[in-house]
Amino acid sequence: MKNSPTASTRLINFLGSMNLAISLLVVLAIASIIGTVLKQNQPYTDYQIKFGSFWFDLFQSLGLYDVYSAVWFLGILAFLVISIATCVGRNTPGILRELRHFRENVQEKSLRAMKHQFTLPVSMAATEAQTLAQRILASQGFKTRQKAAEDHMVVAGMKGGANHWGYWLTHLGIIVICLGGLMDSRLPLMIGEWQGALKPETRNMPASEVPSVSQLPTSSFSYRGSVDIPEGGSANVIFLPVRDGYFVQHLPFDVEVKDFRVEHYSTGMPKSFESDLVIRDKDLPKPMEATIAVNHPLIYKGVAIYQANFGDGGSRVNLRLHPFNNQYAAQDVEGNIFKDYKLTSSNQQYKLELTDFRLFNINDMEEPDGTTKKTNLGPSVSFKLRDATGQAMEYQNYMNPVSIKGQIYYISGVRSTPAEPFRYLHIPVDPKGGMERFMRFLSNMQDQELVKKSALETTRDSMQQAAVKSPDVENQVVESMVRLTTLFAAQGSDGVMQEITERFPEDKRESASEAFMKVLNASLRSIYQETLKQEGVTGEATDADLAFFDDSLLAIDKISAYGSPWFVQLTNFKHIEASGLQITRSPGKDVVYFGSVMLIIGVFLLFYVAHRRIWVWIKPLENDQSEIVLAGSTNRNLPEFEHYFKRLQETFRQAMVHEVKHVSSTGSD
Amino acid sequence: MSVPQEAIESLLEQPGLFKRLNLKDWVWAAIVLAATAFVFVNYGKVMDAYEIGILALSAPGLIGLGWYWKAFQPYALAVAACSLLGIWLYGGDYGNAEQVFGLKFLFSSQSAVMWMSALFVLATVTYFAGLFANNGFTLKTGSAITWAALIMGFTGLMVRWYESYLIDPEFGHIPVSNLYEVFILFCLITGLLYLYYEGRYKNRTLGGFVLLVISAAVAFLLWYSFEKGADKILPLVPALKSYWMKIHVPANFVGYGAFALAAMTSVAYLLKAGGEKRNPQGFTATRLPPLEMLDDITYKAIALGFAFFTIATILGAMWAAEAWGGYWSWDPKETWALIVWLNYAAWLHLRFSKGWRGVPMAWWAIVGLFVTLFAFLGVNMFLSGLHSYGEL
Repeated sequence: MKNSPTASTRLINFLGSMNLAISLLVVLAIASIIGTVLKQNQPYTDYQIKFGSFWFDLFQSLGLYDVYSAVWFLGILAFLVISIATCVGRNTPGILRELRHFRENVQEKSLRAMKHQFTLPVSMAATEAQTLAQRILASQGFKTRQKAAEDHMVVAGMKGGANHWGYWLTHLGIIVICLGGLMDSRLPLMIGEWQGALKPETRNMPASEVPSVSQLPTSSFSYRGSVDIPEGGSANVIFLPVRDGYFVQHLPFDVEVKDFRVEHYSTGMPKSFESDLVIRDKDLPKPMEATIAVNHPLIYKGVAIYQANFGDGGSRVNLRLHPFNNQYAAQDVEGNIFKDYKLTSSNQQYKLELTDFRLFNINDMEEPDGTTKKTNLGPSVSFKLRDATGQAMEYQNYMNPVSIKGQIYYISGVRSTPAEPFRYLHIPVDPKGGMERFMRFLSNMQDQELVKKSALETTRDSMQQAAVKSPDVENQVVESMVRLTTLFAAQGSDGVMQEITERFPEDKRESASEAFMKVLNASLRSIYQETLKQEGVTGEATDADLAFFDDSLLAIDKISAYGSPWFVQLTNFKHIEASGLQITRSPGKDVVYFGSVMLIIGVFLLFYVAHRRIWVWIKPLENDQSEIVLAGSTNRNLPEFEHYFKRLQETFRQAMVHEVKHVSSTGSD
Repeated sequence: MSVPQEAIESLLEQPGLFKRLNLKDWVWAAIVLAATAFVFVNYGKVMDAYEIGILALSAPGLIGLGWYWKAFQPYALAVAACSLLGIWLYGGDYGNAEQVFGLKFLFSSQSAVMWMSALFVLATVTYFAGLFANNGFTLKTGSAITWAALIMGFTGLMVRWYESYLIDPEFGHIPVSNLYEVFILFCLITGLLYLYYEGRYKNRTLGGFVLLVISAAVAFLLWYSFEKGADKILPLVPALKSYWMKIHVPANFVGYGAFALAAMTSVAYLLKAGGEKRNPQGFTATRLPPLEMLDDITYKAIALGFAFFTIATILGAMWAAEAWGGYWSWDPKETWALIVWLNYAAWLHLRFSKGWRGVPMAWWAIVGLFVTLFAFLGVNMFLSGLHSYGEL
């Protein structure tokens, strides 16, 4: 090194230093961890809630929500690539020398100083020894150079130069991979954003209305985005998610989803997702049809189309709204998923927001023996019911009745926020397979006349049996029956309990509630009898009828907390699915693969080929005698080389000593 | 002057590969080829082009492995015999798993894996007993038990492969698809790698150390199957239905197995180095192999692991490009694979370029195992992402 290295030499020394390279490897590894611990590219509101505004802002300014696109992260990567390139550039002249030079001008002294060296006196002329040494080395796969000086001769051999190719292939391979990755990166978008020519859209709106500053032309070099296309629909754009927004990327063709299919195993687990696609492009004589599936994409014009996920594509559903209140009328609604509908047949305004339809619902169901089993509950519709104040409850209603522990129910899940689990309302199914009996029973409970009438009958019956005759008592009992029944029908058992709490001091409540429940139960029973009579059922109530009565009361008890004035029954549907397609154009892929192959070949050459050198230094002695010095070196796998060198020593000894003996014995002839 | 040219020629002549092979090697090659042909004739119709390609390449691969490592030949034949026996005992009826004695107690996949587990633990104890007693025969017994465990374990996987088709032809798949199955694979590959080095270096004293890590995996495996019922054969999710799985997963586990082996030889290194410092006549200083040898095995294992891990990660990227639409998505599993790779790349650079050896590198290799373990297990347990097949 010169006395005063210039700034550029110092820079190159720094960039090409091993310490920097190793530090960068470690720094990159540590930086990569961040993105695995902090979930990337989530909605920004989630981060805000999680971290609070101070940390949210700090993390945002550090780009932690999309670490792998953050400038500082890309900077580390670029730094690493520059460091590798500098290393390769700095080491290449030395390696070329190493590969070209056989070092036949080596000094005897330095050979004798080597770790692997061996001196052997041989009884043969130096030229003869030289020829033989050359042949031995050549037979072992060494390339050789020879030198004849005045007082000595040298045979220098080497093999395994491919080891150095391993160095180039691995390091250049990494650079090639990074360049390929750069070709597919979003660098152009980042530059466009930085220049102000592009800006991601954050509002939820149809692609056609997105301003042009968020639109990307079909000529984009690389992209990777996704789009959901309903069956029968088509699209010529995809959405590229960027931080908390998106860009609209135009495709050079139209994709139509003709059909989307999910196939299931016998266990109900999904077996395959497939979409039948039609590609329309002015360059095609006629539309091209193709089927894609998970692991089987379609590649057209360098653009790959993948089956990524699926969802509802706006299924048509028929709903029957059964009112829980007999003042409302039943109504039918026909609508599409993702659309909103106004409901008016009540004294309040409601908005029905249809959110999802599912054809299959594989749930864990408890069997009669207590074990759980995955069961398909069939189609369901999910919706939100929003009242005039903007409050919404979320529901998931199953179309088909579900059998639970031998009883059959219509079930509906309800929750007020997506974070909660669903609570379920179980409405018992009547012998005709509908919910008519339940609705009639409920309606009868709210019918003052009917309640009064059956209360009177019940009271008279029981008073006759008890041989009591007192109009006062009778009126009192009937009145409480009616009041309690109305209370129960409107507010459930909570309403009754509240009444008790209000009217009785604490020490009397227990006996009061016992009495109340008796009265209420008698009333409800008689109303139920009346309901059965209206249905045309005669004779004694069966066990099934009694179980239905109990289940009905359990359900009615929960209606007040159910939050909806209707039970929404799914009566019919036309399933329209949407196929979620991931569409990418990645011209750098083949570059990356090429770099990967370089890397793999290089790794094996580096580890499993050793660059070995052998020198044979031959010193002529008198009487056709000579002395040879055998020395060797390697840059890998020293233990193996030790074995090898010992064997080589033996070969030299046998070849040269054996021959000498032979020569002398024949020479005496 | 007449020089006996023949003598020199014979000395110079390097015996070619084929001359170094004996009759056994040729029989081995013939068996592998015959088996490959049998598979192709019987099942070629249901294999896609890639699978036929994998089959065609695995034949020379197996032959080469058997020629390079002779002990692999009898091992593979024993596994084949046991597996075929198990399949024959099934006779096409999955119900036989509980009925036929040979299946219920030996060769049904669950029984075979139980045998593997028990034998691995027994081998660990035996190896350590041999080391403490300084008894060659006990150590030899340890090797024999390890071989037996490996035979049962591999048989278990093979039979499980068959069972998956017996339960339902649609379920059928190679048993490398979930955490339970790959844990068995991990035990097998680590065990085989160890036995290779044991034969190569003619030293059995490291057996206990390496089998310790296998025993830990066995403990997890048992907990996982008893507590979580993970040994149940389930059909594949659509994302895993790909020929890539057949090569990506095993390549990965050669990497994981080799890294685990390197960490355990490093533990031995640290014990030996510490022992030599404290008491050169002491137990660890005298019983354990020389430091150079431990260092060499560690390096060889990390190099092998690194090479296969590189291949596996690249195969994974290629699969990701086909399944998820991008060869690199910075998914947690991908990122952690990169972290593992960078970690060992740094290790290798320090060794090659800076010539680092000894205690710090041994510590690093042990830390490397924990990094690997997190990539292998921790990601599935603590982080979510695309790679969610192996969830606990």
